[in-house]
Amino acid sequence: MDALFQATVQTEPFDFGQEYSAFLDGDRAAGAVASFVGRVREVNDHQDIETLELEHYPGMTEKVMLEVLHEARARWLLLGARVIHRVGPLHPGENIVLVLTASAHRHAALDACAFIMDHLKTRATFWKKETTPEGQRWVKGRESDQLAQARWHKNSDSDPS
Amino acid sequence: MKISVLYFGELRESVDTAEEATEVVSGSTVSDLIEHLKTRGEPWQSALTSPDPLRVAVNQDMANPTTVLTEGAEVALFRPVTGG
Repeated sequence: MDALFQATVQTEPFDFGQEYSAFLDGDRAAGAVASFVGRVREVNDHQDIETLELEHYPGMTEKVMLEVLHEARARWLLLGARVIHRVGPLHPGENIVLVLTASAHRHAALDACAFIMDHLKTRATFWKKETTPEGQRWVKGRESDQLAQARWHKNSDSDPS
Repeated sequence: MKISVLYFGELRESVDTAEEATEVVSGSTVSDLIEHLKTRGEPWQSALTSPDPLRVAVNQDMANPTTVLTEGAEVALFRPVTGG
């Protein structure tokens, strides 16, 4: 396993500063790091969110997330890529997911970060259930997420690199 | 032949089962398995006939209705993923 390409599922909160420091500890080649943090919103589909419960498919989730990191690595010159995705009961304002990407230059880091998130949304085996004042409901997959993933595969000649 | 079936998310709640072992005819496909589960009646019938999209993974790889199952296969049934 490549230490700089890692995918983790955990219930515990993550500390952005600590993860950033650990990600490139001692590295001198990466001129750019891009990051994304997904958080629990207090309102979704016009309803107040009290709790967001995330479950996943242990084994497959880690495998798919690592596949996505390696697809990004095959596409851009990345020095590292890291994903942490939380499961369990979460509350508004809490972090859900962290993506870090490192490259010599900014465009590769930024594009790879967006590519990884777009693919995690549609492929990583997580499911969300919301508790609202009206009761509980499972979150449905969004068409906009499918389109966001598809934009990376429209025309291979014009891929960013 | 024996296979295991896992259910996640909304589907797990609908059938009130997270995991089970079941027998299918050798050479069965994903589609055959789903038809087999529906013959049990409720709640499988409604859950697996719902218009909500059904996704299937076989041995932790995404599969389709024609994917052929093998002895000991791990088949997971779920609605589209919503992580991130």
